[in-house]
Amino acid sequence: MADQITIQELEEAVIKFAGDSGDGMQLTGTQFTNNSALFGNDLGTFPDFPAEIRAPIGTVAGVSGFQLHFGSKEIYTPGDICDVLVVMNSAALKANINNIKKGGIIIANTAGFDAKNLKLANMTSNALEDDSLSNYQLIKMDITRMTRESITDLQLGMKEKDRCKNMFVLGFLYWMYNREMDNTIKFLNEKFGKKPEVLEANIRVLKAGYSYGDTTEQFTTRYKVDKAVMPAGTYRSIMGNQATALGLVAASKKSGLPLFLGSYPITPASDILHDLAKYKSFGVKTFQAEDEIAAITSAIGASFGGSLAVTTTSGPGMALKAEALGLATVLEIPLVIINVQRGGPSTGLPTKTEQADLFQAYYGRNGECPIPIVAAQSPSDCFNAVFEACRISVQHMIPVILLTDGYIANGAEPWRFPKESELAEIKIEFAKPMAEGEKFMPYARDEKLSRPWAIPGTKGLEHRIGGLEKQNITGNISYEPENHEFMVKLREEKVDRIANYIPEQKIDSGPAKGKLLVLGWGGTYGALKAAVRQLNEEGFDIAHAQLRHMRPFPKNLGEILNNYDKILIPEINNGQLVKIIRDKYFIDAMAYNKIQGLPFFKSELMDKIREILK
Amino acid sequence: MAETITATTEQVLTPKDFATDQEIRWCPGCGDYSILKQVHTILPQLGLKQENIVFISGIGCSSRFPYYTETFGMHSIHGRATAVASGLKAARPDLSVWIVTGDGDGLSIGGNHTIHLLRRNFDVNILLFNNEIYGLTKGQYSPTSPENKVAKSTPFGSIDHPFNPIALALGADATFVARSMDRDPAHLQNMLLRSYKHSGSSFLEIYQNCNIFNDMAFESYTEKSTKKDEALFMVQSQPLVFGANNEKGIKLDGFKPVIVNLEEGASKNDLWIHDEKDMVKAQIISRFFDHVDFEGHLPRPFGVFYQTARPTYEEMMSQQISQVIANKGLGKLDKLIAGGETWIIE
Repeated sequence: MADQITIQELEEAVIKFAGDSGDGMQLTGTQFTNNSALFGNDLGTFPDFPAEIRAPIGTVAGVSGFQLHFGSKEIYTPGDICDVLVVMNSAALKANINNIKKGGIIIANTAGFDAKNLKLANMTSNALEDDSLSNYQLIKMDITRMTRESITDLQLGMKEKDRCKNMFVLGFLYWMYNREMDNTIKFLNEKFGKKPEVLEANIRVLKAGYSYGDTTEQFTTRYKVDKAVMPAGTYRSIMGNQATALGLVAASKKSGLPLFLGSYPITPASDILHDLAKYKSFGVKTFQAEDEIAAITSAIGASFGGSLAVTTTSGPGMALKAEALGLATVLEIPLVIINVQRGGPSTGLPTKTEQADLFQAYYGRNGECPIPIVAAQSPSDCFNAVFEACRISVQHMIPVILLTDGYIANGAEPWRFPKESELAEIKIEFAKPMAEGEKFMPYARDEKLSRPWAIPGTKGLEHRIGGLEKQNITGNISYEPENHEFMVKLREEKVDRIANYIPEQKIDSGPAKGKLLVLGWGGTYGALKAAVRQLNEEGFDIAHAQLRHMRPFPKNLGEILNNYDKILIPEINNGQLVKIIRDKYFIDAMAYNKIQGLPFFKSELMDKIREILK
Repeated sequence: MAETITATTEQVLTPKDFATDQEIRWCPGCGDYSILKQVHTILPQLGLKQENIVFISGIGCSSRFPYYTETFGMHSIHGRATAVASGLKAARPDLSVWIVTGDGDGLSIGGNHTIHLLRRNFDVNILLFNNEIYGLTKGQYSPTSPENKVAKSTPFGSIDHPFNPIALALGADATFVARSMDRDPAHLQNMLLRSYKHSGSSFLEIYQNCNIFNDMAFESYTEKSTKKDEALFMVQSQPLVFGANNEKGIKLDGFKPVIVNLEEGASKNDLWIHDEKDMVKAQIISRFFDHVDFEGHLPRPFGVFYQTARPTYEEMMSQQISQVIANKGLGKLDKLIAGGETWIIE
C-alpha cells in the first residue's frame, strides 16, 4: 500500500542498465540521464557497448550497458560500482555482477533467465533461484510478459511488442526515483510520431512500468535524489562528441573562417562527422572521404584555400594520417586533427577507451615533426578544448592535434553552456594582395614565428609550397645542410613559443605545495578530481592538476612540479605522459596505469594514493 | 559588356608570365618539358587571372610541375594530389584546379583517390603523365608497364598485368576521358583546352617519354615512320580512319571492332563514326590496348574517348547548403549550442 512506502533521501546514486545489444539499454540510459539533468541533478554517464552491432543474442559478448551516476552533490565520474543494476538477461548479470556493491539492488527480467538464456550465458545454475545473489536485494519481474500484457490489444507483431520492454524498466525506475515522465513521453512522441501504434505501445508500457511499482505491494522503499547545488545558469546535457562538433562551429563563427571537415567513419569519432553534416545552415562543409588519408589531405587542401580545416578520427586512422601530418607541418598551414582515442594497438578495442595515443601524437611521424597537442578532460570540456585547438592552429599557422577519448566522447554531463557573446574572437588575417613588382615571401615570419596565410585568389601572392625542405623566408626548396638543421630547430621553436600564448597551469584541487601532486591529462579528470577531493576531506595534503596543453606544456609546469614531494601520474595506458614528464623535467614521477579499456574508478585511485602516502 | 571592359583593361598574359624563377630540374630530353610548354601556352588563353589558378601535384618527376608554373601550387605527398585538390575545390569552387600526377602517383599509390575523385566529379583537370616507369626512384616498373617489362625490380620481366588508364577512368564514371602525347604539341594543346572547358573531372592521360629509364616506350605512336599506322586520332562525328593515307578504318562487326581497308573495297559509309557521348562505344574503343607487337592489334586511340555532363560535387555541395539555409535560415550559434532541452538553475 502506498502509505507504507518510505521515501529514502540519497545524496547520489549509480544505476546501470544492462541487456542485450538489441534491448535498447543505451536509449533507456539516455532517457533517465536527460530526466535527471532536467530535474537538476549533477551527473556523469558511461555507455559501455560491444563493438559488434548485433553480437549473438543472449551472449556475454553482446551485452550493452549504460551507467549513470547522479546526485544532489557535485558528480565527477559515472561512479565506480552501481547501487542499482538492471539486467534484462542472464548474460547481462554475468557481465556485471562484479560491478554492483554488496547490498545493492538487482532488478532482473525473469524472462531472460530461462534455460536457453542461461545456456547462452554459459551459466550452469539460475542465479535468480539459487543463493548466489543473497548479498543483494533481488527484484525479480517478468518484464517481457508484463510488457506484452499491457499492449495485448495493439496490432503489433511480437517482436515489435517485445522491443518496448525497455520502457517498462524505465517506467519502473522513474517510479523508484520519484520522477515525472513528461520528457520521455515528449521524446517518444517525436521519435514515433509517424507510427501511432508503436508510440501508443511505448507510452503504455512506460506507464505500466511506473504503475507496477505503485500498485505492487512488493516494494517498500522509493528514493529521492535532490537537485544539486550548481552554479546558476542555463544548462543542457552534453556528450563529448557533440561538444566537439559545437566547438568547431563556434570556432568557425568566431574566426570568420568557413568550416571544412574531411573525415572517414571510425568508432568512436564518427558522431562528430554526423553532427557537423547536419549543420549546413552554418555553411559547414563535410566531406566523407574515401579513406583516412584523403580525409586529412582534403582538409589540407581546404586549409590552403582558407578554410578552418579539420579531420576527425581515432587511433588507427591517426596512424594512416601520419605522413600528411608531416606535410602540414612543413607547409606550416592550419589544420586541426581530432583523435577520439580508443583501445589499441591495431583495431584493438574500438568501443573501449584508452589514452594510449599520446606518444603517437608526440612522436608518431617520420623526421623531426613536432605538433602542438591539446587534450579535452570531460564531455563538455571538448567544446573548450577544440575551440582552443582551432585558435592555436589558425593563429600560429600550424597543425594541432586534439586528443579526446571514447569515454568522454560518449559520456554525458550537464553543461552550463556559453553564449556566443561570451566566446573570445579568434583573430586571423590573410596575407594582403601585393602590388606589381613586390615579391611575396611565403615563409617570412612574425613574432610567433608563424608565416602568412596566403590564399589562392589573392593577387600577387602566387607561390608554391610542398613537402620538400623549405628555405626560410623564400619558401624555395633547399637541400642546404645548415638550412635543414635551422628549419628543424625553427619548427620546434615555433611550437615552443606557443607557451607564450596559452594560460599557465593551475592546481585544480588541493594546496599549492604539499606531499603529493596527482597530475593527469584528458579524460581522467573527473576520477582524479573526485579521488583527490575526497582525500582532501579526509585530511590528506595532496593536490590535483589536469593538463590541457600537452605540447608545449604551460611555462610554469616545472615550477609546479617542484612544489610537491611526490608526483603521481595516473593514465589509462602503459605510462606515456609520465615518461615525457620525466624526460623533460628530470623528476622521479610515479606512474599508475590501468589498461583495461575502462576509466579509472575513484576508489582504486584513492587506494593507490593512500598506499603512496603510507 | 562588363567582362569585355575588364578583359581589355587587364594586362594580357603570355606563356612567359607562367614561368617561375626556379631552375627546371628534369633530365634533358624529358617529355615533361614539352607538356610544361604546352600548358604554359594554353594557360593565357583561358581568360583566368594567375592568382585564381592552382596546380597540385603528388610525388614523382611530373609532380615537380607546380614549381615551374607561376600560379598558386602545392607539391603534396605521394598519391594524394587528387585528395588535396578535392578538398581545395570543395572549399573554393571559384578556383581553377589542376592536378599533375603520374602513372605511379595517380594509379598505384594514389589509385584509390583517383577513382573516387572521378566518380564524385569535382570540376578539376587531371593531367596524368604516363611514362610506364618509376623515374624518380630510378627505374622500377609501374602499374602501366607492359607485362614482361624488364626493369630494376623485375630483372626477369614483370608478371604484373598493367592498368588500362582510360578503361579505369571510364569504369570510375569519369565525365571526360582523353589521351594525348608529349610529342604532338598541337594535339596536346587541343586536349588541354578541351579538358579545361569540360565542367567536371577531366581525365587526360598523356604519354610521356622517360628518355632515361624507359626511352621510346611510345615510339610507335610518336615516330613519323609508324605513327600513322599505330595511332588512331579520334575526331567527333568523323569515321575512325588511320594509316599513311587514311586508307584504313575501323568497322564494328556487332560489338567487335575490325580493321578494314578503304583501298581494298571497304566503304567509308560502313566505318565507325566517333561519338564522344556514346558510353558503349567509349568502352569498346578504350579497349584498343594491345601491345604493338601483338599480331592483329588495333591502333592506339588518341583524343576524347568520352564526355558527358553531370553536376559537379562542389556545385551540389554548395546547393545543398544554400537549400538548407533557404529553408531554415542562417544558423544561429546560440540556438545550436543550447540544443533541444535546457534547464535553468537559479
